[in-house]
Amino acid sequence: MSRRKKTEPYVRLTQPLVRDAGILRPATWDEALDRAAEGFRRNVAKNGPDAFGMFSCARATNEMNYMAQKFTRAVIGTNNVDSCNRTCHAPSVAGLAKVFGSGGGTSSYQEIEDADLIVLWGSNAREAHPIFFQHVLKAVNKGAKLYVVDPRLTSTGRWAHKWLRLNVGTDIPLAHAIAREIIASNLINRSFIERATEGFEEFVKAVEPWTLPVAELETGVPAELIRELAHAYAKADRGQLSWTLGITEHHNGTDNVLSLINLALLTGQVGRYGAGLNPLRGQNNVQGGGDMGAIPDRMPGFQDITDPDVTAKFNAAWGSNIQARKGWNLTQMLEAMERGDMTTVYIIGENPVQSEADCEHTIKRLSNLDHIVVQDIFLTKTAQMAHVVLPAAAAWCETDGTFTNSERRVQRVRKALNPPEGARDDIEIMSQIAERLGAPWQHMTGEKVWDELRSLSPLHTGMSYQRLEELGGIQWPCPSEDSLEPSFLHGRLWEEDPVKRGMPATFSPVLHSPPVDELTEEFPYRLTTGRRLDSYNTGVQSAGFESPLRKGETLDLSPQDAEKLNVKAGEEVQITSRRGQIQAPVRIDDGLTPGLVFMTFHFPDEIDVNIITIEATCPIAGTAEYKAAAIRIDKLPVKVA
Amino acid sequence: MTIVEIGLPKRLVEMTLDGESVRVPEGATILDACTAKGKSIPTLCYGDTLKPANACRVCMVEVEGSRTLVPSCSRKVEPGMVVHTDSERTQHSRKLVLELLGSATDLSTTPHVDEWMSACGADPSRFGPEAETKLQPTIVDNPLYVRDYGKCIMCYKCVDACGDQWQNSFAISVAGRGFDSRISTEFSTPLPDSACVYCGNCIEVCPTGALSFKREHDKREDGTWDESAQTQTTTVCTFCGVGCNLTLHVQDNEIVKVTSPHESTVTHGNLCIKGRFGWQHVQNR
Repeated sequence: MSRRKKTEPYVRLTQPLVRDAGILRPATWDEALDRAAEGFRRNVAKNGPDAFGMFSCARATNEMNYMAQKFTRAVIGTNNVDSCNRTCHAPSVAGLAKVFGSGGGTSSYQEIEDADLIVLWGSNAREAHPIFFQHVLKAVNKGAKLYVVDPRLTSTGRWAHKWLRLNVGTDIPLAHAIAREIIASNLINRSFIERATEGFEEFVKAVEPWTLPVAELETGVPAELIRELAHAYAKADRGQLSWTLGITEHHNGTDNVLSLINLALLTGQVGRYGAGLNPLRGQNNVQGGGDMGAIPDRMPGFQDITDPDVTAKFNAAWGSNIQARKGWNLTQMLEAMERGDMTTVYIIGENPVQSEADCEHTIKRLSNLDHIVVQDIFLTKTAQMAHVVLPAAAAWCETDGTFTNSERRVQRVRKALNPPEGARDDIEIMSQIAERLGAPWQHMTGEKVWDELRSLSPLHTGMSYQRLEELGGIQWPCPSEDSLEPSFLHGRLWEEDPVKRGMPATFSPVLHSPPVDELTEEFPYRLTTGRRLDSYNTGVQSAGFESPLRKGETLDLSPQDAEKLNVKAGEEVQITSRRGQIQAPVRIDDGLTPGLVFMTFHFPDEIDVNIITIEATCPIAGTAEYKAAAIRIDKLPVKVA
Repeated sequence: MTIVEIGLPKRLVEMTLDGESVRVPEGATILDACTAKGKSIPTLCYGDTLKPANACRVCMVEVEGSRTLVPSCSRKVEPGMVVHTDSERTQHSRKLVLELLGSATDLSTTPHVDEWMSACGADPSRFGPEAETKLQPTIVDNPLYVRDYGKCIMCYKCVDACGDQWQNSFAISVAGRGFDSRISTEFSTPLPDSACVYCGNCIEVCPTGALSFKREHDKREDGTWDESAQTQTTTVCTFCGVGCNLTLHVQDNEIVKVTSPHESTVTHGNLCIKGRFGWQHVQNR
């Protein structure tokens, strides 16, 4: 049972802390940095460089992420670097990179406004990406059609011309049925398929079983609606397909993404102005973190770490000796901690204790470690487990650098505030640890780091700070300072010349795999999780301001289920999954259908929803199935006063 | 399938502006032409991110051949048009409009209005005490916004920003008719009971300070609001991945207000509740 207490706003960290005899005590910067470095040295000396793991920060700048992966690869000598992209859009990056060679959304926001058909799949953009949704509404108000695919009728769905209410975890059957209908009605873009894709025949066979009636049975979406969306998408001049975590936070998230990409390949809805495939990224710089190489399998600019020419280039620049093989991703790092293969981690601005699924398990794994260094602006629950805590400056307003957004636009981040006395810049802290580990790092400013990155990543070469300033940000790729690329990706697929067209995009005949956490008589309700407009992730930042909209954590139920369980709005109930048990008050939401319930994860200090979520992960991208847990709801006995 | 118009390249149109020949893109307004030529025209209801409301009448200019003055913010330039922005007629009109607005409304927090008044010699007090502003109690019904309708000139910008031009929340509209018309939530409910989602996009466009952020309002009340001591730095929001540009207004190393650059292709000056208000965590020091 979790303890209930009010979420108090966090107070900024201003003094380094070190753990002595089990207790965190204040220390000087020199002492804390010495301890941090000494612990890394000790563990690497004893267990080799792969005993080290870096949790880099999707909230921090591109420059910080570049330095974090450089620290991991060049100073420690491992590729075990990753960030919380693993808990959200890693499947999108993996899927897009597999088919097209680079893991970014393909369109710009302006193109969304100019689309004539927009499909939002597993996305509550109205609340989770409100300003993106304004671009969608611009299009809708100009006459574009909006289709929303979601198990819940959200505030996004209420704007849709048609809402497709699918059962949780049946995205692949729905996508395949749409594909089959497009093929059967001969609405495919044959010349695009012939020129720019491969694997079409095999794909046709894979979707063949998913007739409209079969799909209706599995997904719960009426056959007529599936048919309508199929025809509308295939016939649209400029069709946009956007998705969020409803697609990725499943045990087969990458396959889900691939099943959506198939639809664009079938109809040629990619690589042209206004048509595209766009994952809406959940964190200010989660796109940039991956772009900067703070992922275990790619060097900065998505360069392949297993390519000897790539590693040779970086070794020459850094004077290093990089291992030319993939490191562990965040999920694998957590597993390695459990096995005892990973013994030390450097966690920058991440809060895995509260953000990972099945968090009790994560705590157990972190407790196995010999040495944890946490660098953060707050003493988070994760920092409370550390051996050394280093107070950092807040990236977005106390440092200079860049972030990269969902449309691949790199924009300048500027220092507007002085950090509180005692807190230091992330890159400065990292450099001071690197120096103690014998690397001749001098403290570099944001712009110097960026220029080093530009010299090594062709995607970013043309983006000087001056140019970013003048143009209000630049979308990658930008290989030259003298020109700008189109606002959309993969235009090459439409080239007549096969050489210019390059690598064909491959259809993915993926298979349906229902959620791992099965519904049974004992656990009959499907719990799905998500965000609300005024709150954010584990609440560490958003709890800092008072919101008139905030109602705290609730268990949202359909009116029918509330009646069946004999519970009223506001009444506390017991929620049990195969992993744990929590209590929460009930909220009635008529956008839910019977059997489906919803919670956020914004108030973990009050009600820790990730005690009951499942850690079944996508084998390709390592993202957990936050969107589909099986639970039981019990009315609590009446309290006797 | 609906075909959405995405626009074609624009031709240039030639006109005469205060005796000078000017070429502007087809579809540009007289105000656009003035801005391009570095001429400053007073505006209140005009919003660079909004469709013209034609409500306030302070931007009126004279077009030769036109019986009446025309609003420069909405009148499109036509080939051969001859425009005077500083003629006696325009000055006279501007003076009277400012006097009428200033006599009935509290313009104490309207930027530039003092300069405009002195430039055209406007004296709002000349209508006597009968016409003086009727102060209304400021409405503070939530921790983020303050509404002070004694400062409202009924320009409709907040309604347009909240409505189908940007936010599409439709939390506020014009209620009543004639002298009774005013900006209101549905059934005049307090904001927390309305459709408001606290994006602050109405405040972003309010020209008079009738709508303001609670932090700014409180600092003005206790005399600690000092714009001359503030810096404005544009950075990127720390929440979701859309990448909204935030301009942080900082006084004494504290964020006191957040706006967004209107020319940003990401936001067009709009934000959500998190971007607009979600900064306190960095200064819980």
